[in-house]
Amino acid sequence: MAVVKTTPTMVSIPNHFCPGCGHGILNRLIAEVIQEKGYEKKTILTLGVGCSCNMNGSWNGDKIQTAHGRAASTATGVKVARPDLLSIAYQGDGDAYVIGLAETLNAAYRSEPITVFVINNNNFAMTGGQMSWTTMPGQVTTTSAHGRDTSLTGMPIRVPEIAATFPDVAYVARGSVHSAKEINRLKGYVRNAIEAQLNGEGYALVEVLCQCPTNWGMSVEKSIQWMEKEVVPYYELGELKGRRK
Amino acid sequence: MKKMWKGNHAIAEAAMRAGCEFYAGYPITPQTEVGEYLSSRMPELGRRFLQAENEMSAIYMIFGAYACGMRSMTSSSGPGFSLKQEGIAYLCANNFPSVLVNVQRWGPGLGTLDSSQTDYLRDTRGGGNGDYRVIVYAPNSIQETVDLMYNAFDVAEKYRNPVEILSEAALGQMMEPVEFPPFKERKEDLGWTFDGTDRPHGRIDNPGKPGALRAKVEAIMANEQRWENYMVEDADYVFVAFGLPSRTSRNAVDLLREQGIKAGLIRPITVWPFPFDAFKEIPGTVKGIISVESTDAGQLVEDVALATKRMCRGNVPVYGLFSGQKIPKTKEIVTYVNGILSGENKEVF
Ligand SMILES: Cc1ncc(C[n+]2csc(CCOP(=O)(O)OP(=O)(O)O)c2C)c(N)n1
Ligand code: SF4
Repeated sequence: MAVVKTTPTMVSIPNHFCPGCGHGILNRLIAEVIQEKGYEKKTILTLGVGCSCNMNGSWNGDKIQTAHGRAASTATGVKVARPDLLSIAYQGDGDAYVIGLAETLNAAYRSEPITVFVINNNNFAMTGGQMSWTTMPGQVTTTSAHGRDTSLTGMPIRVPEIAATFPDVAYVARGSVHSAKEINRLKGYVRNAIEAQLNGEGYALVEVLCQCPTNWGMSVEKSIQWMEKEVVPYYELGELKGRRK
Repeated sequence: MKKMWKGNHAIAEAAMRAGCEFYAGYPITPQTEVGEYLSSRMPELGRRFLQAENEMSAIYMIFGAYACGMRSMTSSSGPGFSLKQEGIAYLCANNFPSVLVNVQRWGPGLGTLDSSQTDYLRDTRGGGNGDYRVIVYAPNSIQETVDLMYNAFDVAEKYRNPVEILSEAALGQMMEPVEFPPFKERKEDLGWTFDGTDRPHGRIDNPGKPGALRAKVEAIMANEQRWENYMVEDADYVFVAFGLPSRTSRNAVDLLREQGIKAGLIRPITVWPFPFDAFKEIPGTVKGIISVESTDAGQLVEDVALATKRMCRGNVPVYGLFSGQKIPKTKEIVTYVNGILSGENKEVF
């Protein structure tokens, strides 16, 4: 039987990410799950500041552009006002884990009934590729020009692992867009994170490893190889906290 | 029937009656009782109180909730209210209403818990990045605090702009008899709010913004100036004071008049928009305008000088009595005027 795949309406507008960027894949997976659930007109996406800002021009659904780092708080407010809607925060790692670390962890700690997606591309991409807390040891960025010296700046942060320790958190996973297999798995994580909210289970966080060929200064192919070799071994993929069945 | 209420409790109860459905905040003296009161009162009526991890987070919770049209407020003081400034700029950039309460404590940094008006310039000028203004009410009694709060959400929604109640430590902590208005509720859809359907939201941080912002600011300045004048029409010396210093200034007017000195008082109720129109009543024979304020180096005096320049003929001298971290005493104010008469006190502008 032929499988007919149509573009989900929420990503029907061409996006503004760089060629080869992984953001678009996550956009599509989220859009597919929202459509599956029939929530296209019942979702409010809160956008962090970073390359997620590009979605102001492409995400074909309701979206609030909030301040750098404050998406978890904003999405919390949205959910307070509209518990009947799906409240999703979409952020970069700098947004969620550096400037917004307090908001991210506190929302997780309280288990605010929101769904948070964090694109981890190991740098501050929007501002031209500075070091993030997720930057790999030795990785060259514009603010770690000689390679990240973790003896001075700390080892890369693993926030999902922290969030998974909070007793009330409903769901935590880390996925990646570097292979078809992982993209398929990621779809399951996205679905779980959204279902957790729809079922009133509490806070859900999915981190997504994502290539940024532009700021890594690599071809897409090289980017994928680098992820497999350097990033994935450090940032273990899978569910860190499964839903209570 | 009037009952004795503490200022911070009264403002919280007034917010409830005005239809506030969501409060987010973080404790800081001297406004902590606002949140404490709401933490018990909100759930009684099926509404939400949320203790945030910090003041920034709280303002963005309000931002998210009001984006969806829910009547929401936050309150703070001193460094806590400073932390909210970025969020206030975002509220303004998005044309979101909101109600903010600043129970001022004295000084920069941690400051002290003393009653003061040292946040005047920041709060009347926007405070965050960009060109925007917040509508700021400055009550001088607990009853007036209640009455202003009761309308704050309506005004915020009318202009799609934050409204702030600029209180003072002593006004938050003291007790006075108050009567509360009945509970009200805004039922109608505001039309622009986020509801999942992606209808137009009318942001102003786009290329149409300069015109849109200016039009809004001009409309507010034209329609929302509020003040109370006392014995201004024949005054030789006119005090300008808001909040608690306006109460001692009014007493000073009476005392000076007993001494044969024709004093008067302009009391701004809105400090932004500043009530320029209140100055129309000042007679051409006026000898001086005196800003009376609980600041260290003078803040209100700048607006007083601007209003004097715009509204009075000639070069009327503008004086300033700055009482720092306390409310100026009636006697001090009288003495200050005598110092002007003797030539000892010089004008600021
Ligand atoms: C308060 C504030 N500080 C700094 C910035 C500048 N800024 C914009 S995006 C960004 C980093 C974004 O990095 P990340 O969240 O990892 O997202 P990415 O661009 O990599 O997708 C910074 C520092 C800002 N917009 N606001
Ligand atoms: S800069 Fe990097 S993260 Fe941003 S759109 Fe381009 S490739 Fe994607």
